Amino acid sequence: MSDLNYIKKEFEEKFVKINSKNDLQNLKSEYFGKNGIVSSEFKKMGSLDENHRKDFAKKLNLLKDDLTNLIENKFKLIEKEEINQKLVDEKIDITLPIRSQASGKIHPVSQVIDEISSIFSEIGFTVAEGPDVESEYNNFTALNTPENHPARDMHDTFYLDANKKTLLRTHTSPVQIRTMLNGKPPFKIIVPGRTYRCDSDQTHAPMFHQLEGLHIDKNITMAHLKGCLNYFIKEFFEVKNIKMRFRPSHFPFTEPSAEVDIGYKLEDNKIVIGEGNKWLEILGCGMVHPNVLRNAKVNSKQFQGYAFGMGIDRLAMLKYGINDLRAFFETDYRWLNHYGFDPLDVPTNYRGLSR
Amino acid sequence: MILTLSWLKDHLKTTASINQIIEKLTDIGLEVEGVSEGSGENSAFKIAKIIKSEKHPNADKLKLCEVSIGGEEHIKVVCGAQNARSGLITVYAPPGAVIPKTKMKLKIAKIRGIESRGMLCSEYELGLSKDSNGIVELKNSSSKLGKSFFKSSSEKSIDISITPNRPDCLGIRGVARDLAAAGLGKFTDLKKIKLKQKKVQKISVSITKEKNQGCLVFGSCLITNIQNKESPKWLREKIISLGLKPISAVVDITNYVMFDLNRPLHAYDADKIEGEIIVRNSKANEIFKALDDKEYKLEKDMCVISDRKGVLGLGGIIGGTKTGTKFGTSNILLESAYFLPSSVRKTAKKLGLETDAKYRFERGIDPNSVIEGLNVATSLILQICGGEASKFNIVGKKNFINKTIELDNDKFKKTIGFSISNQECKKILSSLGFKLKLGKKSIKAQVPSWRPDVEQDIDLIEELIRIKGFDKIDLIEPKKTREHDTLDYKQKLFHLIQRAISNKGYLEAVTWSFTDQKIEQLVVQDQKPIFIYNPISTELNVLRRSIFSNLLFYLKKNQDRGFGDISLFEIGPTFHGKNPGDQQVVIGGLRSGQFFKKSWSEETRSIDIFDVKGDVIKTLIEIGIKEEDLIITNKSKNYYHPGRSGSINFKTESGECIATFGEIHPTIISKLDFKEKNIYGFEIYLKDIPEPKKKLRVSKDNFKFSDFQKSERDFAFIMDKNYQVGKLEKLILVVDSNIRSVNIFDVFEGQNLPQDKKSVAISVSIQAQDKTLSDSDLNQISQKIIKEVENKTGGKIRT
Repeated sequence: MSDLNYIKKEFEEKFVKINSKNDLQNLKSEYFGKNGIVSSEFKKMGSLDENHRKDFAKKLNLLKDDLTNLIENKFKLIEKEEINQKLVDEKIDITLPIRSQASGKIHPVSQVIDEISSIFSEIGFTVAEGPDVESEYNNFTALNTPENHPARDMHDTFYLDANKKTLLRTHTSPVQIRTMLNGKPPFKIIVPGRTYRCDSDQTHAPMFHQLEGLHIDKNITMAHLKGCLNYFIKEFFEVKNIKMRFRPSHFPFTEPSAEVDIGYKLEDNKIVIGEGNKWLEILGCGMVHPNVLRNAKVNSKQFQGYAFGMGIDRLAMLKYGINDLRAFFETDYRWLNHYGFDPLDVPTNYRGLSR
Repeated sequence: MILTLSWLKDHLKTTASINQIIEKLTDIGLEVEGVSEGSGENSAFKIAKIIKSEKHPNADKLKLCEVSIGGEEHIKVVCGAQNARSGLITVYAPPGAVIPKTKMKLKIAKIRGIESRGMLCSEYELGLSKDSNGIVELKNSSSKLGKSFFKSSSEKSIDISITPNRPDCLGIRGVARDLAAAGLGKFTDLKKIKLKQKKVQKISVSITKEKNQGCLVFGSCLITNIQNKESPKWLREKIISLGLKPISAVVDITNYVMFDLNRPLHAYDADKIEGEIIVRNSKANEIFKALDDKEYKLEKDMCVISDRKGVLGLGGIIGGTKTGTKFGTSNILLESAYFLPSSVRKTAKKLGLETDAKYRFERGIDPNSVIEGLNVATSLILQICGGEASKFNIVGKKNFINKTIELDNDKFKKTIGFSISNQECKKILSSLGFKLKLGKKSIKAQVPSWRPDVEQDIDLIEELIRIKGFDKIDLIEPKKTREHDTLDYKQKLFHLIQRAISNKGYLEAVTWSFTDQKIEQLVVQDQKPIFIYNPISTELNVLRRSIFSNLLFYLKKNQDRGFGDISLFEIGPTFHGKNPGDQQVVIGGLRSGQFFKKSWSEETRSIDIFDVKGDVIKTLIEIGIKEEDLIITNKSKNYYHPGRSGSINFKTESGECIATFGEIHPTIISKLDFKEKNIYGFEIYLKDIPEPKKKLRVSKDNFKFSDFQKSERDFAFIMDKNYQVGKLEKLILVVDSNIRSVNIFDVFEGQNLPQDKKSVAISVSIQAQDKTLSDSDLNQISQKIIKEVENKTGGKIRT
């Protein structure tokens, strides 16, 4: 009896000093190993008489359970303490900066072209393109602007030869001619692209971007033109209501011709589209001139329609509050980073044009 | 075109306010560009006298003037004009005044250390003439000091922009007619003029009959014994309100009639005409001194007014100094003619001349206004300058027949979208001067001779809707249907590749399609440059044949600004000829500098070729090309380092070259003097990327996988230094069908190896579809790999 009490006492003395898993394991072996102190007591049982044995066995088992519990609980405790210590030791300063990741940007002109394409895609326009170098015929003559027409003065043209037969297109309108000559009506296209004028100052760049639109079918009227542009402007500027005004004007390739103004106001020197009493000219349009249809081999008795043209760079400036046109083309790292768009911001009609 | 309300009222009886008029002008297509306040700003300009003028203490060319505007105080003004002398009466603008020409608002400023309160003005700055040579000199009348210089312009003037199709509105009467048609008043009749004309016009006039004769009719009146003098106040005010400078009664009257009726005239000093007037084509190299004091050498076949000795004027453009009128002129020949628009335009363009007359003739003057112009101008000259007028002499075509256009009743609705009644058509068109015959199904409209722009029925429709109002047009919402794909394959590719490259850390640039020949020839040496005939500057004189010429230029600019670790790209056209279509779409990118510069966590490393190669290959895979179809060769373009560049060809080594990449050639880097010399680039040629035959969405290959154990075996080979390790993967993959992937994980030279050898370490992953491979299976495959590599590469396995 006293043996078992002694064993327990001795164990407890050792046990309280232990604070590592390893020591605990050793202690466990010392008592419960093959020749451990407790194990040895079990071996002794065989030599006891029956009366004694029963009683001894009971007490010994109690002792075993006690000690095992103590060891197991301590084991869990130490393990927990060790993990806690590890967590403390492994703590790092997560406020340190991330590894630098270069992030690319999409140029505002490209972004706006994608926005425009997405809008017109919804109402059935397809995207057409044409060459930057054009014939004088496609750029002017076919568009009802014959040689010696004063309207040619409005286009300061870059020529590629002394005879002025090839040039850098001054507008995207020659793609109207190309599209109509290469296909059969109906036509419903938009043409975004680079255009060139020999003009350079604060508000003019020798290269800029235009968007052309052309819709030719049976019975397309100016009311369709108005509807189309009204839809486009609302979608593009992402506003519910706009004020739009058609003003008579003149382009040789449309008749009647109009310039389109939209209403705006200034708030903190920023333009807010859709409200206010000020007017801003944003595009030119009209019904395609019968002479143009004739030059493009389209029967103007059967088919008619509208065309429009607008400055993409200017639309980008208006929508995103960019002031300086020249900066579009100067490739300043800081400017591109500031005004550029994340490449994942793909304008779509279901997710929205812009975030 | 500038007009004032009072002048407009000479032709329009109206009670409309100036704001109503401005709004209506814009509504009918006569766009109001601006309204300048008459008295508000301009009354600030005072008549002033320079009391004292001395040299500016800190500048040789400037003067310090003390100016009096009548009061006790003298104002100190710094002035740069040579003629700023003491005693001069001139025009003074105080701080706050807005200079009419430059629209600049004056402030009190320190000029070279001396405060200047306002400025003394030249005629140019006041918008009176092109004379910027010195400040205004006024007659010596010091009693007027301090009074407003612009007495007359207390009226607002409206600046309207006239489109090229509306020459009739280059005269105030034409504007009035349009406003009346739009319901803003009553168009008044011209006053009946009765002239006393007894004698015939005795200077003979002839128009030669020759090919390309630019003059159709030449009317003239000889007015003798006049006294040419300063114009009366009403006329001077009208001239000034146009922004012109009054000259003399005769000149002012011809200008007045031009702006009032859109009828250009010219007055010759009749005494300087030698014998007769001949309207003819010029001979090559004839010399002519024009009223702008410049000499012009004429080409063959320009329309000139000449006498027996030589050229007196360019028809419809400008007169000459020889027969110019002056204050002393007493006999004049007044010309009122019609010149063909194309003739006027051609001549003026060749000679670089721009005049008010030319501007009008090239747009089309009313050929029937010859006599009216002579009538009005002669009457005014007689009234102001006295003298006697001859009968008019009209030579050339006298009857111009007006066009008649038929407009179907339903055409308006078909074009515009709503109907207009015949009654309304009649009202609008007749108020614009058309003569109408109404039929059952159509209207026949005779076009007035002042409307050369109206040629067919669509032009009548424009007139109708313009006057009726564009705001009356309904709006039909577009249908949201799509019958064709918005983008074709190449356009989708453009869109995808642009964002794929950008997503790898490149900033998109948009640069000019033209470039500097000097930079371009560093990049593209082997072809002829494509010159622009009239470039904007010598730095932008050729069409670009590579994306790199501009991109390198701007990369350098950014480096110079302190941004050396940067990636740029552009997608757009490059050109290979002068003809339409000689262009292709290329996406090109540049990376320069280092990664992880001064990083707390990473080693700094330079950008290298495997960065750009990776960008290109990953992008090509992203746009749908299979990796195994990308064949890398070391042929490349001459703007790359020859030993550090390559091409990517489609499917075979001789397949289409769809991309190139490499280190930018050291010569280019040194010639352009880059600060950060570590520059790599790539180009992808979109036209050579084949459209996949099968669309991705049709169906994907069946999904196959194996759950049996996967094993890795590593090998190291000693092989020839020049062997292209990139070929190993394909070589090994075909050795056995159980080989899943090949990874090259170490390459080195030197150490214990012979000089012409390198060591290449490869890890091969092996897995069967149907069983776990045994050691002997694996050993067999390993032996096959070793044998194949040794045979094909000449290498030896390392043991």
